[in-house]
Amino acid sequence: MTVNRLSGGQIDRNNTLRFSFDGKNFTGHPGDTLASALLANGVRLMGRSFKYHRPRGVISAGSEEPNALVELRSGARREPNTRATVTELFDGLEANSQNRWPSLSFDAMGINDLFSPFFAAGFYYKTFMWPAKLWEKFYEPVIRRAAGLGRLSMEADPDAYDKGFLHCDLLITGAGPAGLAAALTAGRAGARVILADEDFRLGGRLNAETLAVGDGSGADWAAATVAELATMPNVRLMTRTTVIGAFDHGIHGALERVSDHLPVTPQGKVRQTLWRIYAKRSLVCAGAIERPIAFVNNDRPGIMLAGALRAYANRWAATPGHRVAVFTNNDDGLRTVADLRARGVAIAAVIDSRADGAAISGVEHLRGAMVVDTKGRQGLSSITVRTASGEMRTIACDALGVSGGWNPNVSLTCHHRSRPVWDEAIAAFVPGADLPAGMTVAGAAAGRLTTAAALRTGAEGAASALADLGRTAALPDLPRAEDDAPRMVPLWYVPHTKGRAWVDPQNDVTVKDVKLAHQEGYKSVEHLKRYTTLGMATDQGKTSNVTGLAVMAAMTGRTIPETGTTIYRPPYNPVPIAAFAGRSAGADFRPKRLTPSHKWASEQGAVFVEVGMWLRAQWFPRKGETTWRQSVDREVLATRGSVGICDVTTLGKIDVQGTDAAEFLNRIYANPFGKLGVGKVRYGIMLREDGMVMDDGTAARLADDHFVVTTTTANAVGVYRHMEFCRQCLWPDMDVQLISTTEAWAQFSVAGPNARKLLQKIVDQDIGNEALPYMGCAGITVMGGLRARIFRISFSGELAYEIAVPTRYGDGLIRAMSEAAQEFGGVVYGTEALGVMRIEKGHAAGNELNGTTTALNLGMAGMVNKKKDSIGSTLSEREGLVQPDVLNLVGFRPVSKDAVMSAGSHFINAGAVANAANDQGYMTSVAFSPSLGHAVGLGLLKNGANRMGERLRAVCPVKDLETEVEVVSAHFIDPEGERLRA
Amino acid sequence: MPEHRLKALTPLAQARPVIRSVGRITIAENPDVALASLAQRRGREADFTPRAEALLGFALPTPGHAAQAGDWGAIWTAPGQWFIEAPFATHEDIAARVKEAVGDAASVTEQTDAWVRFDIIGRDAIPMFERLSAIDIHAMQAGQATRSLIEHLGCYVICREAGSRYSVLGMRSAAASLHHALIQAAESVA
Repeated sequence: MTVNRLSGGQIDRNNTLRFSFDGKNFTGHPGDTLASALLANGVRLMGRSFKYHRPRGVISAGSEEPNALVELRSGARREPNTRATVTELFDGLEANSQNRWPSLSFDAMGINDLFSPFFAAGFYYKTFMWPAKLWEKFYEPVIRRAAGLGRLSMEADPDAYDKGFLHCDLLITGAGPAGLAAALTAGRAGARVILADEDFRLGGRLNAETLAVGDGSGADWAAATVAELATMPNVRLMTRTTVIGAFDHGIHGALERVSDHLPVTPQGKVRQTLWRIYAKRSLVCAGAIERPIAFVNNDRPGIMLAGALRAYANRWAATPGHRVAVFTNNDDGLRTVADLRARGVAIAAVIDSRADGAAISGVEHLRGAMVVDTKGRQGLSSITVRTASGEMRTIACDALGVSGGWNPNVSLTCHHRSRPVWDEAIAAFVPGADLPAGMTVAGAAAGRLTTAAALRTGAEGAASALADLGRTAALPDLPRAEDDAPRMVPLWYVPHTKGRAWVDPQNDVTVKDVKLAHQEGYKSVEHLKRYTTLGMATDQGKTSNVTGLAVMAAMTGRTIPETGTTIYRPPYNPVPIAAFAGRSAGADFRPKRLTPSHKWASEQGAVFVEVGMWLRAQWFPRKGETTWRQSVDREVLATRGSVGICDVTTLGKIDVQGTDAAEFLNRIYANPFGKLGVGKVRYGIMLREDGMVMDDGTAARLADDHFVVTTTTANAVGVYRHMEFCRQCLWPDMDVQLISTTEAWAQFSVAGPNARKLLQKIVDQDIGNEALPYMGCAGITVMGGLRARIFRISFSGELAYEIAVPTRYGDGLIRAMSEAAQEFGGVVYGTEALGVMRIEKGHAAGNELNGTTTALNLGMAGMVNKKKDSIGSTLSEREGLVQPDVLNLVGFRPVSKDAVMSAGSHFINAGAVANAANDQGYMTSVAFSPSLGHAVGLGLLKNGANRMGERLRAVCPVKDLETEVEVVSAHFIDPEGERLRA
Repeated sequence: MPEHRLKALTPLAQARPVIRSVGRITIAENPDVALASLAQRRGREADFTPRAEALLGFALPTPGHAAQAGDWGAIWTAPGQWFIEAPFATHEDIAARVKEAVGDAASVTEQTDAWVRFDIIGRDAIPMFERLSAIDIHAMQAGQATRSLIEHLGCYVICREAGSRYSVLGMRSAAASLHHALIQAAESVA
């Protein structure tokens, strides 16, 4: 039998769950949280505080918990800073306390507490200023080790997380009396309702209180209502789901803890799901959070909120002690006495700060009294009370329930920067005006603190939200419920005492710290927060912010609303980063695009490279090749010597049709396309509006009103988007239709002196020089009748073709071609050889089309046709872009044949100092040319076209490399272009 | 269709379509559909619509919708643009046939192999889609079609039968990634 287990409660005593805390074994029951089970087992000490390593116990019974943070589970699944109050007990649960060494009961760092006078707010900022360089390497690591919360596992998260999307008419956040009444109203009216609550049992405070609802208990009414809601197909009940934020256009974020209550996430299932809820209307029924009163040594284990004491006793049949005192400033706190006595817990005394509060018979009821100090090293043993007459009394007790009133839970209402307003009647902030569009608030969250008011405003709130959507909803017959106006006299901290009174136990912020902040000029609430860290960390000040503000108000002599308000940002509670990532993690970070030859290339052992989302074969190693260069050199030499095949499907293909198709291309390309004959291909460059080159590619004219435009792989999407923008927005009157066909065709480049011979084995028609001259294109058939396209274009400088078949046949075609190539000693080559060959041929690619280059820079100024208007044509003539010393694309070779060159090197004239002032340009691309036996480079050089033969220094300070280079033509191979016309 | 010597692979790079059942959901790769984009030319509504509808045998679907009768199906994809579907075995030359019907009143582009089509069948399709796309899948009725991101990819989702039969068209090159995402979502709700 567990020492502090009471009778009754909403736990399943027929089943027993075993769990451990700090290696010690305990038992609990289904329905328990870790906190309730620990209390039932007589464990009050659950953690150590952040800064002073003070012994701490549980304060609350909900997600607002600042103290009872544990490391849950072990190994890769170890999760720090888990709140014991919302951790559902499961069999085999393993929890450990954190921020202590060597053990929770003896924590060597507890010595910090003795030095607390030094560790006041701002201590670190003031102390570790000098020497500055020690901060990062010494002070910070030491402080971090001594202070702080739990430890990360430092292993990859083994669990999966989903993201999902839901739609509803009405999202109800919180399933207490207001939320349940709202769901009943909207559900019966047929609206699509989502009712989300972070608890695993719906009902909110109805499960924690003994107040009657109708003829039965609140918990019974909640259970009956939930049962009815569960039968409605239009109502979705989401337990274990925290609405974490209100975003634009009615979108809410919600984190569902799918498997956190299970020992292990089941195979194939996720641990959590992050939902994006599109709600036409949202009703916040998030309840209220009880607030403590600050008094000296108010942080000992056993001291908790009075409402939490009731929740543990009523719902979980657990108590932190058997001799309990209550300290309250309101009537609600007084109800704790009756609830505990009904369950056989002795009441040591009731300390009511009000002199005129209702008297309770049968217990020692000290009215007009305050708790001024407490004792008990690892748990409360006694309290010291100053009575109304000023007499000091020490009262032995092992638990103390504190109630300073209730703060409506306004968090979600603040997410669009609405500021809460002060309600004098309940001495608390309630939701302000300008809530997020479509959001309303009901129940305790709106400051309506009685059960009857919660039920009523919940039902009315739902009806009114539906009316807003043009639907009628009848109000349900609501049960009778308690409706006593809350009576309280604000008390934030106990005055005229010496010692530390905690305001924010999670960050170890005391009343004195707030005073110090004020004394040092940090009077704004924003400064107060940053200076003291009040309200930071995992609980975000749910139990402490308003109290901190009240203390500051007392310092400044202003009212609380004058002092300021505190608003909240999403997420409401901590959300694992993994939940935000969802499935997009690790190898699934983003989708992969595979080329039509991918399967075949994998079988060949190709090495792949990521190009955007594409995986392209980089080279195809053969037996005996030990370095990539060997493979690439072989592929280049075989292509130039015989024939090579490369999958170029990744290049963008855009189908352009319409009676204005030619004129459309005339406008988007700098060079003219109007007169391009049918069956011809032309190389083209597109400029941006500012005159810089955007992309290059080809356009093939398949018919008078039909072109196929190709783009670079990298810019395929960008060019298509640009063309759609031009079509839809710039020239909506043109008759042009665009569609991407990149994926529809498997396209291969076949290059080299034997390219035609190889293709003639594949293509059914004659593709001789007359039938298909250089820069021709045609619709053909291959392999006995399959429709295909052929383009005689070359980026390698060789006789070359590109051949395209419907994608499903791409695998068949690469197999057929690679087999046919064997006769000629041909190869299939990857992107690396492709790169080498285009550099050898002096073709600009991504390194040169880098967004800062003009057609003039690239040696293509002549292509910018001045007889027609095209995008970027005018701005390419800007004065600064056409100076005589502009950069020109030229070739480079090392003066010493064996020397290495590096892309990114800057050119410096011989004898000049290598600095920015003497910069002559930069190397854009470098490759080793197996054809020439030395490195070749392309680069942009000032006035480069007129500096052939000049020797320069290519300086790369990053690699500490300097090479003497000679300026040469960019066309290293076949400068006359005879091969491609062969 | 003409005989030729090249073998086809499905988008998942298999000889036969991949069909997998997870719980109460079947995810079937369906390469047996020919697709063509049909885009009306500017100012040619008057002769375009009757020609297209004569071929299809039904009215072109309105925005957000798909329609089907006999061999032909049509999905609205953009203002003045539709995807036309027909069985691959008999309509591999779909682009040529559609073009022949509409003449110069429309632009036609073969799209058959630009897409992978997955047919999703089963009663858990709705919770599965909830984990894949922002579409209000509960509200989607048979004959409705829309475009939405799934696994970061722009996909078409066509409702063939509310609650139990859907088609997803995604870019063919990403078929494996899309399939993986569909399977994961199906496992989540299995």
